[in-house]
Amino acid sequence: MIRICVVYRELLGTYGDAGNALVLAERARRRGFDARATSVAPGDEMPDADVYLLGGGEDGPQRLACDLLRASSFVSRVAGGAHVVAVCAGLQILGRRFSVEGDEQYAGLGLVDVVTRRGERRSVGEMASDVGGRRLVGFENHGGVSELGDGVEPFGRMLVGRGNDGVVDGYRTANIWATYAHGPVLAMNPWLADEVLARITGAALSPLTSVADRLYEERCSSIR
Amino acid sequence: MTMRDRVARAATLGVNLVSRLLGRGSGTVIGGRMGLQIAPRLLESLSIGRTIALVSGTNGKTTTTSMVAAGWGGAVATNQTGANMPAGHVAALCADASERAVLEVDEAWLASVLEASHARVVILLNLSRDQLDRANEVRQMAERWRAALGVERQWPLSVVANANDPLVVFAARESHRVLWCDVPTTWLADAMSCPVCTGVVHFEGREWWCTCGFKKPDPITTSLDEALHVAGEAVALDLAIPGEFNRANAAMALSAVHELGEPLERAVERVNALSSVAGRFSLRHWRGRDLRLLLAKNPAGFTAMLSTVPADKSEVWVAINARIADGRDPSWLYDVGFESLRGHRVRCLGERRLDLATRLEYAGVDYVVVDDDSELATPDAPVLLLANYTAFADWLARSES
Repeated sequence: MIRICVVYRELLGTYGDAGNALVLAERARRRGFDARATSVAPGDEMPDADVYLLGGGEDGPQRLACDLLRASSFVSRVAGGAHVVAVCAGLQILGRRFSVEGDEQYAGLGLVDVVTRRGERRSVGEMASDVGGRRLVGFENHGGVSELGDGVEPFGRMLVGRGNDGVVDGYRTANIWATYAHGPVLAMNPWLADEVLARITGAALSPLTSVADRLYEERCSSIR
Repeated sequence: MTMRDRVARAATLGVNLVSRLLGRGSGTVIGGRMGLQIAPRLLESLSIGRTIALVSGTNGKTTTTSMVAAGWGGAVATNQTGANMPAGHVAALCADASERAVLEVDEAWLASVLEASHARVVILLNLSRDQLDRANEVRQMAERWRAALGVERQWPLSVVANANDPLVVFAARESHRVLWCDVPTTWLADAMSCPVCTGVVHFEGREWWCTCGFKKPDPITTSLDEALHVAGEAVALDLAIPGEFNRANAAMALSAVHELGEPLERAVERVNALSSVAGRFSLRHWRGRDLRLLLAKNPAGFTAMLSTVPADKSEVWVAINARIADGRDPSWLYDVGFESLRGHRVRCLGERRLDLATRLEYAGVDYVVVDDDSELATPDAPVLLLANYTAFADWLARSES
């Protein structure tokens, strides 16, 4: 059974990112896997899961989510290898520090060597990046500039939009995919949903055609 | 009115007349812009001597504005076409000298319009995620409202506010006179974190509270069953337009009208009789079909509108665009419980029909991507057509009353 857990949808669910859980669960089920998407609410105990999903959120809720995660078993689970797909605020929370409510720096979870400061202007619009030869498409809406520490591998190279800093987007570690792309990103990029699934199941996945492929093609040709 | 204001008013009316004659839109915003360029304080001078009510919030502005106009009765100036920024307000007040006016106001413009108009009543309906590419974050909007409403002013202002929306309560509670309304409010996903302390807000039954002491205020209006209670008086709310959300809109409109001195009994009769608002909920005709047009432009609005779709096999069309006026990011489709449409075969229309189709695919809802309108069926029963902002405008324009 594949256990997919949306973390604090109430705080990190501003931009529809919880849709990523639905996409993973459905694409797994259609390959014959047993999959269950659950969520954990603020104040509840962090459940066991194969993959945790963190989405985008507003400044105050982002800070609260970070505090709650720090006090939970989340950090030890991720440090121990649990998979994470982190979007936007989620991407920032996993890092060492981030800025909210002005320029005040706030301590992140320190799972990845990333520091996010407030950019001069908000970055709002369609984005596209190159991820190892594949195109990732989505919509970014954030005020952060994220700087990756030495040795932290970016997730993609920007083609359209700002991402972390106008050059790269997000980061990728052995068990974390982090991006600024909403969409939700796994709905708009079915190949990435399948990459995540293949990694957490350890299985080679059969192809799955659906209207999501048409959406992906259409987005790739219109975002340029 | 100064000479400059008179020139500006004449320019507003003139430009709008020309614009309408040329068939360029409904001719409201362009003239208002011209007037404001000539006299930047035109809204202020147009407001002198009038009693003005303002309506703002994420959902229900246009409907509630119509309800205030109807309930108040007599001649009421209003910005009926949904042109809800100052250019639209100026155009509306230039075109109609009525002593009473009710204006729908875009959330981001509430502070400046309130200052300029010296409004007697402000209705705050709700605050939720909408067009996040333009407005960014909902909480920033609540904070801007709070800053505008919490100050001392030279004229009497009554705020009619939704007691079930913590973000609205946060925005209104420092105001001098607030009429809290206990009305049905289903969308609370943006208020889970306390706007005062960022702690967790607890919701239980009809109450909500945070451990910091921030909690639901005592209401003066309640509308949670058949009867509407306003300041101790009870009347029957029996609306011609559908949806529980419209009962909330009506309760707040009537509370405002009551505050303005209109007897409740007479006002509610006129509001009950409203059958359509700016084309919304109306029956339209298009190529031999009857269409029931429903506007739903964000997750809260869409969720409310889906609750009016019957569970039978009625024909449901959904049209989605993502132009600037819609918000350019359609991710919000995943915040809407489209699962309730299982059992229907939904026709996906609009420029972002593939985003919609993908959402429905993952929701387990049967769908058809309609690339060509001629493929659409002609059912016997009216089609329910849910559309977001510009898609709604497109369908309103291409159909007939």
